[in-house]
Amino acid sequence: MAFATSDQGGRRAGPGRDTAVTPVKIVIAGGFGAGKTTFVGTVSEIVPLTTEAVMTAVAERVDDVRGVPGKQTTTVAMDFGRVTLDSDLVLYLFGTPGQTRFWFMWDDLCRGAIGAIVLVDTRRLADSFSAVDYFEDFGLPYIIGVNCFDGKLVHEVSDIREALSVPPDVPVVTLDARDREPVKAALIRLVQQSVSFRTRVGADSKPVSSGIG
Amino acid sequence: MGSEGEASPFVRPYAVTGGRTQSHSQLAMEALVTTTARGWNVMHTLVPEYEKVCRLCSEFKSVAEIAALLRMPLGVTGVIVGDLAESGLVSVQQPDSPDGQPDLALLERVLIGLRNL
Repeated sequence: MAFATSDQGGRRAGPGRDTAVTPVKIVIAGGFGAGKTTFVGTVSEIVPLTTEAVMTAVAERVDDVRGVPGKQTTTVAMDFGRVTLDSDLVLYLFGTPGQTRFWFMWDDLCRGAIGAIVLVDTRRLADSFSAVDYFEDFGLPYIIGVNCFDGKLVHEVSDIREALSVPPDVPVVTLDARDREPVKAALIRLVQQSVSFRTRVGADSKPVSSGIG
Repeated sequence: MGSEGEASPFVRPYAVTGGRTQSHSQLAMEALVTTTARGWNVMHTLVPEYEKVCRLCSEFKSVAEIAALLRMPLGVTGVIVGDLAESGLVSVQQPDSPDGQPDLALLERVLIGLRNL
């Protein structure tokens, strides 16, 4: 297409490309230090970026002028990466904000997501409880990824499953977040889980009530 | 403008959007933004934040990438992209998940893509 962009040299502007590219996303959750950013960086084609959302603490009383001195804003940071899967398909991996009190961000993250991988550091299992609970409540397909630091699995997978009270149909995989192949395998396992989740929902002929959002 | 060197880089974007932090169009953070021919031609007339978005999106970028690369909060970025889209200066590809989650055909394409990585 011949759009004159004068001083832009050979650089092509958007209009030349009319192929629609579909974005999809996967959520990478887990406690602080569980390896989320490492996991994202292992498969991302870009250096993981950090995006920030600013929230005003307790959104009510925003219009209260007297509230200015006491106004509290918090910045919620999320790391994310990108993986081009095909010429018309791009996958984004979003790490959840570390602090689980920012549930409002999790809703935005999970809406429309393929699913989530809950990364578990076996030395701090309890850090993963809230993420598991959240995805169960949200109805988002998820798997557990046990990050084996130094290649060592400290606990048996069955013990981890029991400790986290994960339903039997939720896969628990082990991986090293620094290794590309196991990270890829975990992503594939999650998408398969999402497929079976969708199939099951379809078979039950129970519509997914996502509401208006 | 800019007399306070230590001012938060977040202040100006909020001023530009008139304090709005939510777009009308509920953009997903992974929605893909591409500058249109019209956007490319008129971007030099826009306020800097809007122009930067147009310039950045000569190749598609997600809303999250725009926010990260231009160091703007997500909400403000959504407002700017929403404004640009309403004026036809960028096109936006929202995720293909009408009932809240990707359908089976899309999941199959993702599986194939991941296996080919």
